[in-house]
Amino acid sequence: MGTRNEALVPLGFPQRFRQQKSNLGWLFFAVCTALLLSIPVVTVLYSVTLPTSDIWAHLRSTVLADYALNSLVLAVGVCLGTSLIGITTAWLCSAYSFPGRKLFSWTLLLPLAFPPYIIAYTYTGMLDFAGPVQTSLRTIFDWEYGDYWFPEIRSIAGATLMISLVLYPYVYLLLRTAFSEQSSSLREASHMFGVGSYKTLFTIILPMARPALVAGLTLVVMETLADYGTVHYFGVPTFTTGILRTWFGLGDRVAATQLASLLLLCVFAVILAERYSRKAVRYQNPARVQKGWRYPLSGIKAIAAIVICSLPVLLGFVVPALQLGAWTLRTAPEIIDYSFLTLVINTVQLAVIVTLIIIAASAVLAYGKRVGTHFSIPYTVNLSSMGYAVPGVIIAVGVLLPFAWLDNALDAWLQQNLGISSGLILTGTLISLAFAHVVRFMAIGLNSVDASLAKIHRSIDDAAQLLGRKTFERFTSIHLPMIRGGILTAALLVFVEVTKELPATLVLRPFDFNTLAVRTYELASDERLADASSSALLIVAISVLPILILNRSIIQSGVVHGAQT
Amino acid sequence: MAPRLEVRNVSLKLHNKNTLQNVSLQLEPGCIASILGPSGCGKTTLLRALAGFQPVASGEIYVHERLFSKAQFTLAPEKRHISMMFQDLALFPHLTVRQNICFGLKSLSESDQRARAKAVLELIELEHKGEKYPHQLSTGQQQRVALARALAPQPEILLLDEPFSNLDPDLREQVATGVRKILKHENVTAILVTHDQNEAFAMADEIGVMAGGRIEQWDSAYNIYHRPKSRFVADFIGLGSMLPATVLDAHTLDTEFGRLQGHLDPSFACGEEVDLLVRPDDLPHDDSSLITALVEEKRFRGAEFLYKLRLQSGNSVLCYASSHHDHQIGEPIGIKLDIEHLVIFTRQSPLPLGDSP
Amino acid sequence: MKSRSLPGVWFVLGVCLCLLGSLLSAAEVNVYSARKENLIKPLLLQFAEQTDIKVNLITGKADALLQRIVSEGEHSPADLLITVDAGRLYRAQQAQALQPIDSKVLKDSIPGQYRDPAGYWYALSLRTRPIMYAPDRVSPEDLSTYEALVDPTWKQRICIRSSNNIYNQSLVASMLAHHGESEALAWSRGLVGNFARSPQGGDRDQIRAVAAGQCDLAIANSYYLGKMLTSGDTAQRSAAEKVRIFWPNQEGRGVHVNISGAAVARHSKNRASAIKLLEFLVSDDAQRWYAETNFEYPVKAGIRPSEMLENWGKFKSDILSLHQLGELNAQAVMIMDRAHWK
Repeated sequence: MGTRNEALVPLGFPQRFRQQKSNLGWLFFAVCTALLLSIPVVTVLYSVTLPTSDIWAHLRSTVLADYALNSLVLAVGVCLGTSLIGITTAWLCSAYSFPGRKLFSWTLLLPLAFPPYIIAYTYTGMLDFAGPVQTSLRTIFDWEYGDYWFPEIRSIAGATLMISLVLYPYVYLLLRTAFSEQSSSLREASHMFGVGSYKTLFTIILPMARPALVAGLTLVVMETLADYGTVHYFGVPTFTTGILRTWFGLGDRVAATQLASLLLLCVFAVILAERYSRKAVRYQNPARVQKGWRYPLSGIKAIAAIVICSLPVLLGFVVPALQLGAWTLRTAPEIIDYSFLTLVINTVQLAVIVTLIIIAASAVLAYGKRVGTHFSIPYTVNLSSMGYAVPGVIIAVGVLLPFAWLDNALDAWLQQNLGISSGLILTGTLISLAFAHVVRFMAIGLNSVDASLAKIHRSIDDAAQLLGRKTFERFTSIHLPMIRGGILTAALLVFVEVTKELPATLVLRPFDFNTLAVRTYELASDERLADASSSALLIVAISVLPILILNRSIIQSGVVHGAQT
Repeated sequence: MAPRLEVRNVSLKLHNKNTLQNVSLQLEPGCIASILGPSGCGKTTLLRALAGFQPVASGEIYVHERLFSKAQFTLAPEKRHISMMFQDLALFPHLTVRQNICFGLKSLSESDQRARAKAVLELIELEHKGEKYPHQLSTGQQQRVALARALAPQPEILLLDEPFSNLDPDLREQVATGVRKILKHENVTAILVTHDQNEAFAMADEIGVMAGGRIEQWDSAYNIYHRPKSRFVADFIGLGSMLPATVLDAHTLDTEFGRLQGHLDPSFACGEEVDLLVRPDDLPHDDSSLITALVEEKRFRGAEFLYKLRLQSGNSVLCYASSHHDHQIGEPIGIKLDIEHLVIFTRQSPLPLGDSP
Repeated sequence: MKSRSLPGVWFVLGVCLCLLGSLLSAAEVNVYSARKENLIKPLLLQFAEQTDIKVNLITGKADALLQRIVSEGEHSPADLLITVDAGRLYRAQQAQALQPIDSKVLKDSIPGQYRDPAGYWYALSLRTRPIMYAPDRVSPEDLSTYEALVDPTWKQRICIRSSNNIYNQSLVASMLAHHGESEALAWSRGLVGNFARSPQGGDRDQIRAVAAGQCDLAIANSYYLGKMLTSGDTAQRSAAEKVRIFWPNQEGRGVHVNISGAAVARHSKNRASAIKLLEFLVSDDAQRWYAETNFEYPVKAGIRPSEMLENWGKFKSDILSLHQLGELNAQAVMIMDRAHWK
């Protein structure tokens, strides 16, 4: 996955030329795809036009400020947390050499395999007052409640830490790629002027990698704001818990979707503001990349580097995985049966379907954005990827309402004109379930494909066109092979995300369609953590494999990218 | 014989600016032209309009008398049979050299493709590199591959967009001459866009100097240099300085070097105060000359020195002297005026030193 | 491009399957359940075996399931909706998603206060929400009613989960029904003032906190204690053994009770089967199953609950009619918001 460098413009040409007629077919297709994918988000946003109920007055006077504040604190906290971990580890792994660097460079990705709510359950099981850690402390020192201070894991700080631990790989991954595309001569130049390592990082390297950092943090923020499992379990009232409370508790679905719209508009505003602030600066990497030079660390500095890199891996993967493993060993004989095979098959099946659709749609949209020059196209495309910031249950409503309407309208028309009933064609099928997941995770696929397309200079398109290739042929013969790496990255990330999705969208599923995430969540929310561990561990196991492939592909594509410039 | 390319009064706007204004030009088959101008003069836009990437607002573009562009009509680039060599070469990194070359040959049978690729590879003397990937070649080799790819489909017109700007300056002329040879061998009609006049001189049969979206002068290299039609062209091409002069009659000019005889632009009236273009090669160094000037600056150029001299009148001029005439700054040296073409412009002060980029 | 044609293939496949499915619909019944799969599936399988009626199941949040039924409209495949509280059944009834059922079996089995007067919904099991205490620090004599928990003697001694939870929402709704808004608000504020910690975790976490000494009292559903006592995890068992149940308000209205219940969907295509399933769910065997597997109290009179439930003693339960809990749910949430009950 690369940086989202829209700023990478061809060297010689004036930036914008008018729309070519030959691209209109593709553009039409792209805009249709974008609109189709925007349906759920638009349905959610449409709620803004509905009359508000007096619940709003109640929310404003009581909890709305809390929701907003906690969401803000959480989002900022997670941004800081993931930046801190992501930047340090990515910088250490790309600029220095120390024992174990190669090992860390891929193990640092592993926490991505953990759904945030599972790591939250796991750590709570270990660290809360009644958990083994505090209990042993009390036994050893003969303490009572109130005799000692222990950090409260179920707090907003705890939630920030948990979410940061599993989301930092996005920042790490994007920055590592960006750093590797930067010429090491930049670092050398900076060192020659006598600027220290940290200063180099913050004055030269990071500002240059800003698009990558921002792309990573955008994903992180959207995922954080949509997180329900962790904050709900930790009792932190955020926008997301507020949305569901308004719906389930106050019984006002419309007000709940209006809250979700408010959240969406905030996210949209932040993204636009960031884009605007970035407009003036161009992030063009030098044409020829000097590579390979890493500053060797030894002694105490090497040990420090090892400690810094191993902490996130230990805390974000090894410790919770061991805890899950321990629980699984205890409960597996009772819990694991043949139904697990179905769960695994369903999980993988859903993930594969969703991944394929997202890849195809991302390619259509990203390339549409490339060939389309009308200013509205990027906005339309971005709208279709906003689902990532919406809690799954709300997405489910956004899918359910229009699909059910469509089904019923079609049925009514057929009955009236042909006298036959089509019943529900979309609702309650794998189609609507897959569609909801596609909408939810479109951002990941689109970001990645878009970023790798942006790295291709536009003169390549022009050359192919002058050599007689039409829009579609250009895409298949030139762009598709060139962005294979980006597509693979997108596919693997989406696969991992779908596998570990909190099963909120699963209210759309067909009868008796269960996945590992459903099983895990049902047991975990029934407070049977140990029993949930088998399926949770399977989710992690299924996600680890793509992550490993992902790491390999990035190392390889790094070589290819270095060569092509 | 009909012209290969004809551009009639083409205008277009970009970002609400007149990027091209009434541009007209004609190109005979096999002719290599160069569009020369500073950055932002519209030369790349003109190229893109020819390629079909940029629709025109008014005027027409014909190739072989077939209409390619007019207002509200732009023949798609892929249907124009025009090739282009790009500044960044735009080689497809995932294809081998041979695949790159065959990319534009999909209408041919496979055996024809092979034959054509072989022929072009021989032309650029890279017969043995066909299976290499672009990144495995040197910059110069990549340059030739880009040329070969553009030539392979035997285009009506070849467009070259500053293709040598990545090369070292001393290599550029050499490569440009090599490319010219290949183009002439293939009898290709080509347009080169550049801001480097040496590149243009080395490549082109005809040169168009562009400024502010207009073609200032379309002429041979010799005429562009020695008979510039505007002060801008005189300024932009080559080195030189302006010397105040007075028109005495249709053939005589009065300067501080004395009276000069020659053909003068008849639009100037007798007694009019004008500026005379003096190229450094019009002012040979002559130790025996009675006219002396003080050395203000000097630049060593290997075979010769370029001196900037201050005349007694206070005007500055440029002068070449062979490099064994090494004079110190402040030293007076003798010069004489040996000028063949009297190029004069309406007086404009103060006079900028025409130092081209 | 292979991947682009795939969605199309899946679409066609999906449509075919749907058509096939509707053709083959011999005897089946479709269940939308807010009860977790493992707490309902065994019973459904038993039913399928006994009757040869195929049972299809999806689980999810009650409100989301209800939204799905409403959106699907008259073509909704839903036959039976199962929820874990009366409030959601009331909401479904309000949304006109249910139909009344007149069944002698159901009426005979289920006492009047545990079913809708018009027959729109029926309770399947009872869930009590008593006070739990640590016997080493709290004497049962000090406990009396929910109302008394706001007494300052309990300052920083009470654990209870978040107000997002439906069980707390119905508890406050019952306060509202009995005492009116201002007293319910005062009670909520008083209770929040006595919290030992900010609400977090589930009911088991509250019980564990009492066992570990972080608080002395908890309000939690009784079946969680039962599940902990029979857990394979020794830590959970030993924690649960340190905690006792106190049935509050025995002198007055009785302990707060909610239900899990079921209703037949308005556009049910398999009405007869759905009623059959409903009747099966209140059969003696099924009622015993709730008690033995999930430690919920049977709704049917005369069914002996499991041994563990008998050990917890007999109690008087609040006879407040359950649809009131549903009516007052939103108001209860607002009161908890105002009391800063997180």
